Amino acid sequence: MTQHVVAPVAEVPPGSHKLYTVKGRPIAVFKVDGEYFGMLDRCPHQGGSLCAGVVSGVLVSGKPGTYRLERNGELVRCPWHGWEFDIRTGQSYCDPAKIRGKSYPMSVASGAAVSEGPYVAETVPVRVEQDYIVVEM
Amino acid sequence: MTIDCDIHPSIPNLAALLPYLDEHWREIVKLRGMDEFNSISYPARSPLTARPDWRPEKGKPAATLEQIRGECLDPFGTDLAICNCLHGIQLLFSEDLAAAFARAVNTLVAKELLDKEPRLRASIVVPIQNVGLAVEEIERWAGDPRFVQVLLLASGDHPLGKRIYWPIYAAAARHRLTIGIHAGSSYHNPPTAAGWPTYYTEDYTAQAQAFQTQLSSLICEGVFNQYPDLIVVLLESGWTWLPAHLWRLTKYWRGLRMEIPWVDRSPFDIVRSNVRLSLQPTDGPPDSADLERVIEHLKSDALLLFSTDYPHWQFDGRDALPSGLPASLKRKIMVDNPRATYARLVEPVA
Repeated sequence: MTQHVVAPVAEVPPGSHKLYTVKGRPIAVFKVDGEYFGMLDRCPHQGGSLCAGVVSGVLVSGKPGTYRLERNGELVRCPWHGWEFDIRTGQSYCDPAKIRGKSYPMSVASGAAVSEGPYVAETVPVRVEQDYIVVEM
Repeated sequence: MTIDCDIHPSIPNLAALLPYLDEHWREIVKLRGMDEFNSISYPARSPLTARPDWRPEKGKPAATLEQIRGECLDPFGTDLAICNCLHGIQLLFSEDLAAAFARAVNTLVAKELLDKEPRLRASIVVPIQNVGLAVEEIERWAGDPRFVQVLLLASGDHPLGKRIYWPIYAAAARHRLTIGIHAGSSYHNPPTAAGWPTYYTEDYTAQAQAFQTQLSSLICEGVFNQYPDLIVVLLESGWTWLPAHLWRLTKYWRGLRMEIPWVDRSPFDIVRSNVRLSLQPTDGPPDSADLERVIEHLKSDALLLFSTDYPHWQFDGRDALPSGLPASLKRKIMVDNPRATYARLVEPVA
């Protein structure tokens, strides 16, 4: 596993998501409540772009006719067939035991740390005064 | 052992119900000149309505205990058979008249069939036109363990998952009665989603559409979330359509789960735990060897319940079990599945 520098933190502000290519793989980066989450940008169903999906909340129900939207901003719905995935874990809601999106651990590192290594910054010019989104893969 | 989950005793004629109606309704029958409740679900002369060898010279098929014993119970070696009396009660627009006749039908079944033939059990006919009255009718018979099920029709005023019907399911669950949904219609709506067809062939074939709609409705409206122990039995529904319908329903549920967040299992899983289907009619593939593949698609050997559908003409002779059924499945269908489905069947009735 190697830490790859994805982008300066300013590129993915709170509540947004953006697509990057890291190690040749499309990675959808989501920012939720100050944390970054990465998912392979291919829905495990038929390969739809999760980054192009609607970000919403987890709709739960205690009984028929009741609706409670929880963790708004932490669920992404594939634009092709509506399959839902937990942005934090990749878990699907249509078949949680068998189907999940591929998650990647993300973190933030300072420009100084990134400059020292052992980070890989393929295409991202690194400046010490900036913080960076880093993915482990 | 054989348990036949779907037979259809006929009410011999309207006059046979008169002793079980109170004075007011007897008077109404007389004043209005009511003679028969004829539904087009099973027209008297349609070949499907009665097998030629079960069609008497006079009177209706399956209208006497002698007919039922000699044509159905004895030849098939039946130990228990569940009577689903189809008598057109659901077609009436008067809720009170429907309730009076439902009560009369159930009383006739209890006194003239169940009291006299220990191999018979029955479904409770209810006036679905008024849910409160339907629940009253369930409560009236719930203490009699020979009634094992509540009988509804595949087409009525509204899809059966709607919450207006839930008191019926609550009563059924309370008394460990299954909900049997039988082919047929109140004809308050066209019998197909596309409108009124012209021919009986279309009508009968379209029953499967109605069952599919009801199954989707029960699942999507959350009936099985609210009543997790409730078992729904689809009767004379056909069953070879089930895998394809569930593939479709499951596919769209996966994409539209947010509409119905209470449905937290795939429709396939819900069917396996809460839904059963009677064997006849089996609309199998042309080559009976292929039937096993259809069964494999059900992903369960617990879903099918033996039925002859007597006196309806679904097969000849005693070939109620279609060829192509795996031997291991036969005992499940004939005995184990019915016993697991109908909680009340295994209770003593004396």
